Amino acid sequence: MPDTITSETAAAGPLPPRTVPLDLLHRALGGRMVPFAGWSLPVQYGAGVLAEHLHCRAAAGAALFDVSHMGQASLHGSGAAAALEALVPGDILGLRPGRQRYTVLTNPDGGIIDDLMVAALAPDRLFLVVNASRREVDLPHIAAHLPAGVTLERHDDRVLLALQGPGAAAVMARLGPVAAALPFMGFGAVRIGGTDCLVSRSGYTGEDGFEISAPDAQADHLARLLLEQPEVKPAGLGARDSLRLEAGLCLYGNDIDDRTTPVAAGLAWVIGRRRRDDWGFPGGTVLREQLQHGTDMVRVGIRPDGRAPARAPTAIVGEDGAPAGHITSGGFAPSLNAPVAMGYVRRDLAAPGTRVGLQVRGRSLPACVVPLPFVPHRFAR
Amino acid sequence: MPETRFTKDHEWVRLEGGIATIGITDHAQEALGDVVFVELPDPGREIEAGESVAVVESVKAASDVYAPLTGRVVENNQAIVDEPALVNREATTGGWFFRMQPADPAAFAALLDEAAYKALLETE
Repeated sequence: MPDTITSETAAAGPLPPRTVPLDLLHRALGGRMVPFAGWSLPVQYGAGVLAEHLHCRAAAGAALFDVSHMGQASLHGSGAAAALEALVPGDILGLRPGRQRYTVLTNPDGGIIDDLMVAALAPDRLFLVVNASRREVDLPHIAAHLPAGVTLERHDDRVLLALQGPGAAAVMARLGPVAAALPFMGFGAVRIGGTDCLVSRSGYTGEDGFEISAPDAQADHLARLLLEQPEVKPAGLGARDSLRLEAGLCLYGNDIDDRTTPVAAGLAWVIGRRRRDDWGFPGGTVLREQLQHGTDMVRVGIRPDGRAPARAPTAIVGEDGAPAGHITSGGFAPSLNAPVAMGYVRRDLAAPGTRVGLQVRGRSLPACVVPLPFVPHRFAR
Repeated sequence: MPETRFTKDHEWVRLEGGIATIGITDHAQEALGDVVFVELPDPGREIEAGESVAVVESVKAASDVYAPLTGRVVENNQAIVDEPALVNREATTGGWFFRMQPADPAAFAALLDEAAYKALLETE
């Protein structure tokens, strides 16, 4: 199906970006709407990226992001977990109801088709959240690999809101106490202001927080209720990107893609212990080999010495000037008031403390390989 | 009375006593968002109209700043190097980028006047 969509698009010219159900609210809040992965979303509101970012990390602060562009779906039927497990390196059979796990869809070369969240609602019912840019790849891919009796249901009629920050738990304690009691990566049905939601305690900022799935019809009511809370301010895609970069989290299409493997990306922890018995998932033997012998390139954190940000795809060189890799995400870290970057470097240059150069505007800016994340995670424990 | 003119790249140029001061317009700083880094040309550098001579980076993106005129750089604004947010706060005053001595002061008259720049903004 994606091929059909592509050819239609080519004939008719680019499609205008789709609007999310909260489009009018974003505009009313002063959101600056930009196209992103085929959707029109606010890159920032009036406060600006820096203020929105810092609010998400502020004591008692909570930022509300609309991430409804992400794809939501559920898998149900007897054998749903086994069917998904055949496509990912994660332990999905061992995922208990009420728990969520981060995993990746892999291709036969071990490359990452997408990274996604999988939550267990019940033994035979899984809830999935995939990237906006990959939803039309992932969902047909999963659907094509399902046995009889397992069905994939798209939830294109639901919004996804992310409430993130040290103040998020207090908001939920007030509006949906069941959610406030969830542990990190816990998942469950929660009633918030009269709306039946599906809530996970997770996010993409490195802070404690919640991702809230709700029916489109209740989106405006729910978002306004959250925004009325004294801790909460809206935040856009700009802050979402700088927050996840500081937290060392990968952006699909930048830091990981179908040519990078979980081992090279420093995500080998997604390979479940039980899955290492038989490596029975796409690319399993490749990943086993890579874990034994290492990969040529590995993802690392990088701190430029100076003030100049180095953005993707800045070339990285060793101290001897030899090619060493390239930046995949880079920019300014508001919480550190300094530039930071992530990228892939040769394995011999991947140790923290290694000096490298970043080729920016014809010069080699001195920089250092550092551990990730740049800002310590503060997830609920 | 200094006169201010503009470029299609959203820079302002103020000519006073034969010296041109260059900065980015309020429209440009608004579009860029929070400025976090600037790189300026050193005094003494000979620059040509249209040449990329400075860099301004916001949290979102990096942009070039072009020489509006041919001439020699005489001064740059260290205040915005030390505090890039000044470009957002005072784009057309304290947030200036550099000063130059134009080789041909008459070239200034060929830049956009305020009405032409406003008309340009309306087409964007």
